[in-house]
Amino acid sequence: MDQFTLNLLVVGATFALYIGIAIWARAGTTAEFYAAGQGVHPIMNGMATGADWMSAASFISMAGIIAMSSAGGYVQSAYLMGWTGGYVLLALLLAPYLRKFGKFTVPEFIGDRFYSSGARLVAVVCLIVISVTYVIGQMRGVGVTFSRFLEVSTDTGLYIGAAIVFAYAVLGGMKGITYTQVAQYVVLIIAYTIPAIFISLSLTGSFLPQLGLIGGYAPTGGDVSMLAKLDSLVTELGFTAYTADTNNMFNMILFTMSLMIGTAGLPHVIIRFFTVPKVADARSSAGWALVFIALLYTVAPAVGAMARLNLTTTFWPGAVTGNALSADAIAISDIDTNPSLSWINTWRDTGLLAYSDRNGDGRIQYFNDAPLAAVNTAVATATTALNDARTAAGLAAATDLTSADAITVNGAVDANLQTLQTALVAARTAQTARFAEVTYGGRTVADLGWVGNELTRVDNDIMVLANPEIAQLPGWVIALVAAGGLAAALSTAAGLLLAISSAISHDLIKGTLNPNISEKNELLAARISMTFAIAVATYLGLNPPGFAAQVVALAFGLAAATIFPALMMGIFSKTVTKEGAIAGMLVGLVFTAVYIFLYLGWFFIPGTAVYANTAANHFFGISPLSIGTVGAVVNFVVAYAVSAVTKAPPQSVKDLVESIRVPKGAGKAQAH
Amino acid sequence: MSDKSASAYWAANVRVIIISLVIWFACSFGLGIILRPALSGIMVGGADLGFWFAQNGSIYVFLILIFAYAKIMNGIDRDFGVEE
Repeated sequence: MDQFTLNLLVVGATFALYIGIAIWARAGTTAEFYAAGQGVHPIMNGMATGADWMSAASFISMAGIIAMSSAGGYVQSAYLMGWTGGYVLLALLLAPYLRKFGKFTVPEFIGDRFYSSGARLVAVVCLIVISVTYVIGQMRGVGVTFSRFLEVSTDTGLYIGAAIVFAYAVLGGMKGITYTQVAQYVVLIIAYTIPAIFISLSLTGSFLPQLGLIGGYAPTGGDVSMLAKLDSLVTELGFTAYTADTNNMFNMILFTMSLMIGTAGLPHVIIRFFTVPKVADARSSAGWALVFIALLYTVAPAVGAMARLNLTTTFWPGAVTGNALSADAIAISDIDTNPSLSWINTWRDTGLLAYSDRNGDGRIQYFNDAPLAAVNTAVATATTALNDARTAAGLAAATDLTSADAITVNGAVDANLQTLQTALVAARTAQTARFAEVTYGGRTVADLGWVGNELTRVDNDIMVLANPEIAQLPGWVIALVAAGGLAAALSTAAGLLLAISSAISHDLIKGTLNPNISEKNELLAARISMTFAIAVATYLGLNPPGFAAQVVALAFGLAAATIFPALMMGIFSKTVTKEGAIAGMLVGLVFTAVYIFLYLGWFFIPGTAVYANTAANHFFGISPLSIGTVGAVVNFVVAYAVSAVTKAPPQSVKDLVESIRVPKGAGKAQAH
Repeated sequence: MSDKSASAYWAANVRVIIISLVIWFACSFGLGIILRPALSGIMVGGADLGFWFAQNGSIYVFLILIFAYAKIMNGIDRDFGVEE
């Protein structure tokens, strides 16, 4: 059976499973549609939360981000700590009390606690901005995974994905989504760990990737640790050491914190804790969620380090047992004929990997050519300038820069051409000097005969997607990775769409526009809102605003600066007033968004950035990714300051805060 | 429950939360980032202590923390008679 048929069979089987669950778990009431009837077992909810939380970015991209980071793999630990540490905050600070509150949406709590439909509306706006930006990336992830494994266009893949989500989200609401997410979790965790186990076995002899990460490098007997081997190879090739420390500790701390409190403030994650029966279940369910998330998140750094090591030894065969430069680089003839290297050309066809033999020696040298970048760019620019001028003068491109003919037009020396030619000669002289000066593994670039890095593109996503092929695993594992990527993207998309649709039907329609709507009509409104949300997400997935990478920063920054502080103050303070909460959320929102826009362009429109997004330009070294932490502090300060000068909350609100702090009686909410 | 035991229950809860958050901060921001250069000589297998805490260790501590919090709070709930 060929790979395409296998992919089709495995992905088709998982889709049939999801549809089957959708038909079995239809929602009959709004309580089932919004919160799965508040009867989900805490371990089941933990598994569903794992799938809900782990997106296409976690499954496909994260290991590659760590592996290929130009600042080294350690610095990217912010993602690992940030995206797991947030669950501690959820379990301790938010989930139990919001479950006790016993209603369906995050804006509903903010509206009740801050006794104001205005506060509820501000929360709805924040929720929709956060969730819509997040869902675009998921829809793209579905389309891209389809196009890579199932030979359909990205757009067709997106339509198929949207149709599947439509089937189980509109029919089953939170109930259908919950049980589908449980199935999707199982698919994605198997797909992620099987290739990781095989790679860990081959590189470190350790069955558990978590032990492989700190284990010995098996091909040379295990005396040298895998990380030390990786460090020595990448530094030999001019890259930053994999375990190098951060050069901006302050920013790394703020970034990690921003991801943590952003995680705790994401509405689609919070609402998952409304589905369990009791307050005690909300606490333990956060723990179970982290168990299931940790199964992937403790494996991801091992996948990252080992994939980087595999990539390096693939392109430098001598590196398996010696130094990278102890043998010649990989030969193109080898890539074309050796079956175990066929994945290179497979992924080259997708455009995610690219190489070119720049020095014409029939081999592909992979190294960090940043030290050569300036002189190479100068030569390229000067060559283009000279040739453009020669073309304009009716001459052929320059070949011989020493003869006087080169700058002679119609028998007379052309001053302009002469200047450009002199510049090119100077650039080449500087390049030659630089090549004689920069060394790799103790030898100069001139001696090695290199001109620049020839592995010109390695997309982060390859580190996970190509893993089964690199490890030469059977075809069904490759098919499983396709199904896993789709499961990760679909499950997160469904959770986000539910958060959006319940904000529309429950907070806007039932809460503000038509409070007397009947249960039956609200359920209908919820289904129509879900359909509408899927249509919007599909449209935005087809026409992404061109800022896919940056929106993640916005979503986490805004969740950190708006929803998290508002919820925390709502639970832990009886004195914060509606004016304080609204002012805090609005200032947090504007402050965070403006700081991001300063570096990434107003509303991400290209060319409108005020400052270039480089470390030297950041205020106090704080990158736009990390600003959510500062936004949260601003929110707290503004909220307390405004509360101090406005009328204290009424007694009923103080009673509400008292009641959510005590677990007893949460079960009653099931009846409402 | 009376106002007095309600505030005692909340104070007990906040105390557990603060202790937990100190551990949460210490294992991730402390050992994983701030103290990493100072502790670079201590190895966990093939990784230095800070690297290991940043990429694996802190996640294990987070797990223990959440389950310990849930267990301790269940006990406090029973002591104050507010469990379900």
